[in-house]
Amino acid sequence: MTSFAHAQPPEHGNPRQKSSLLDVDSLDLWLGNRQILESVSLSLAKGELVALLGPNGAGKSTLIRTLAGELPAPARRIHVDGRALEQWSRAELARHRAVMPQKVDLQFPMTVQEVVALGRPRENAAQRQRIIRALLTRLDIAHLETRLVPTLSGGEQQRVQLARVLAQVWGRPDPRLLLLDECTSALDPAHQQQVFQQLCQLAREGFGLLVAVHDLNLAAQYADRLILMKDGKVFADGLPASVLTVPNLRDVYGLHSRVELLPEGYPLVIPQTPMRSDSAYLTRHELPQEGLTDETPHSIV
Amino acid sequence: MHTEEARRLPAPLAYGALLALIAAAATLAISSGAYPVTLQDLARMISGGVPNDATAQFVLWEVRLPRLLLGLLTGAALAVSGALLQGLFRNPLADPGLIGVSSGAALAAVAVIVLGGSGLAGWTALTGRWALPLAAFIGGTLTTLLAWRIAHRQGQTNVALLLLAGIAINAIAVAGTGLLTYHADDNALRSLTFWTMGSLAHAQWQDVWLAGPWMLATLVIAPLLARPLDAFLLGEPVAGHLGYSTAWVKRSAILLVALGVGAAVAVTGLIGFVGLVVPHLLRQLFGAGHRILLPACALGGGALLVLADCLARVIVAPAELPIGLVTALLGGPFFLALLMRNRFS
Repeated sequence: MTSFAHAQPPEHGNPRQKSSLLDVDSLDLWLGNRQILESVSLSLAKGELVALLGPNGAGKSTLIRTLAGELPAPARRIHVDGRALEQWSRAELARHRAVMPQKVDLQFPMTVQEVVALGRPRENAAQRQRIIRALLTRLDIAHLETRLVPTLSGGEQQRVQLARVLAQVWGRPDPRLLLLDECTSALDPAHQQQVFQQLCQLAREGFGLLVAVHDLNLAAQYADRLILMKDGKVFADGLPASVLTVPNLRDVYGLHSRVELLPEGYPLVIPQTPMRSDSAYLTRHELPQEGLTDETPHSIV
Repeated sequence: MHTEEARRLPAPLAYGALLALIAAAATLAISSGAYPVTLQDLARMISGGVPNDATAQFVLWEVRLPRLLLGLLTGAALAVSGALLQGLFRNPLADPGLIGVSSGAALAAVAVIVLGGSGLAGWTALTGRWALPLAAFIGGTLTTLLAWRIAHRQGQTNVALLLLAGIAINAIAVAGTGLLTYHADDNALRSLTFWTMGSLAHAQWQDVWLAGPWMLATLVIAPLLARPLDAFLLGEPVAGHLGYSTAWVKRSAILLVALGVGAAVAVTGLIGFVGLVVPHLLRQLFGAGHRILLPACALGGGALLVLADCLARVIVAPAELPIGLVTALLGGPFFLALLMRNRFS
C-alpha cells in the first residue's frame, strides 16, 4: 500500500498496538534550524524485517540514530515494546536493542574476538567463547577470530561489527530489536545474500529488524515490508511490490526503471537508461556524427 | 601483513616482565648515586636490623626512597592518564598534556616561582612551602575544567571540541609562561627552567604525602572505567548503544587525569613523553583492552620513569639532568622509530 506521509498516515495499524515492537508516532526532529525528520510514523512488529529505503540525505540514518537514542527526540514519540523510549534505562535497553552504525572506525589493535565480546555481559568465559564462535560462523568470519580488526578488509570489518551487534542481544529474552544502518554496503553480492538470509532467520526467531539499505533488490528480496523515505518524510510504506513501483522510484530517486514481478513474488527493479525518445539523450549521443568523415569507422559512435 | 595473527604476550608473562623491570629499576635507583649504598645495607634495613652506617640509612630513607616512590607514582600516573585519554579520544597519539592540564599547572607554578616574592606574596605567605605544588595542582585542574566547560554543551561533551579547546588553552598558557620569564631574575629563571623540564631531584617524603594520594586514586579508580573505555574505542555512539553512560565515562576519565597529572606535575614539574609512549608501546604488547592495559601502564610507566631518573643522575654526574630532558631524549627517537616501523610495515 503506497501512501504519502503528508497526505495520509501509513495504514499499518494502530501505533499503540500491543504486539508491536517499535512504534514511531509523527516524529519531528530539528537540528538547529533544519528540520531533518518530519512527521515520521512507522511501526515494526516482532518477527518482522523492515527495510528502510531512500536516497542519500532522505533521513534514514538520522531516523535510525534517533531511534537509537543518539539524537534528542521529543518525548513519547518513540515506543519500544509499548514503553516510551525515555522510560527505558540505558542498561535495560542495551539488553533488548542493538544498533549498528553506518560507519565504525577502529584504530586500535583489537582482535575480532575482543570486538565481538564487547556486547557480552559478565559471563562464563567458555559460554562467551561459544556464543562468539557461533556468531562468527554464521557470518562466515570464524577464520578471522584472532586477527586484528584494523587489518581486515572493509567487508570483513562490517561483518565483525554485525557480529558484535548480534552478540549484544544474543540469548536475551524477547523483545529483541535490531537497528542496522547499511550493514551490507561493503559486502560482495554473495555475502550480502548470506547476511540477509541470516537476518531473515533472526526475524523468524522473533527479532524485529529495521535495516537501512540502498540496494533496492536486496530489500525487495528479503524484507517483509519496505519504508521509502524522501526529504525526511515517509513517502511509502508497504509490501515490496506496492512500494517499488516505477512512479515511486521516479518521484523519490529520479530513477528511470523497469519493475518486474518475479515468480518468487517480489519485484525486481531494473534501472534504465533514459529512452531514445528522450531529447536530451538524442542530442548528446548524435552530435558527434556531424563531424564524422568517411575514414572514421562507424563503430566508434 | 594482512594474514598476520595478532601477536600478544600472554598477560601473566608480560606482567611478570614488567614487575621484574620495576624491581631492577628500583634496585638500581636505590643503590646508584653519589653515596654508595650496597644491597646488604638495604637488606639489613628492610629486615629491621641495626644499620652499621648512619649516613647510608639517612641517604636511603630520606633521599632515595622518597625519590623512588615519587618516581614510580608519577610515571604510573602519567602513563595511566595517557592511556585514559587515548581511549577517550580514540586517538593513539593523545597525551595527558593535550587537555591543558600540564600547561595550566606549569603556568601557575611559574607564576609562583617568578612572582612569589612580589605579586603573589600573599599566596606564598598563606601556603608556605606548599605554595608551588598547590598552585600547580590548582592551575592544572582549573585549566582542564575550563577546557571541559567550553566543550560541554547541552549535557554533552564534544570530544573533538575538548581537544581543540585544550590546544588553544595550551597555547595561551605557554604564552603566559613565556611572558612571566621576562620578569624572572636569574635565580627564578634557573629554578623555572629546571621545573619546566621536570625533576625528581628534590623529592621528599612531604611530596609523596602531598601528591601520592591523588596519583594513587587515579591508578586505583582508572581500571573501573576499563569496560566502557573499550567500547569507546569503537566510538562514543557505540558505547552508548552498549548501555554505558558516555557522559559519566567522559567526566570520570577527565577528572582522573586532571587529578593524577595535576598532582604529578605539581611535585615533579613537566615530564613529557611518558604518558604518550608507554600506553602506545604497551598496547602493541598487551592489546588495546583496558582491563589489562591500564595496570600494565601503571607498572611500565613507573619503571620507565625510575630508569630515566637513574640515567638523569649518571649522565652528567655529579650534576643532574632534568628528567624531562631524559624522557624526551629517549622517548622522542623511540617514538619516531615506532611511527616509521608502523608506516613501512
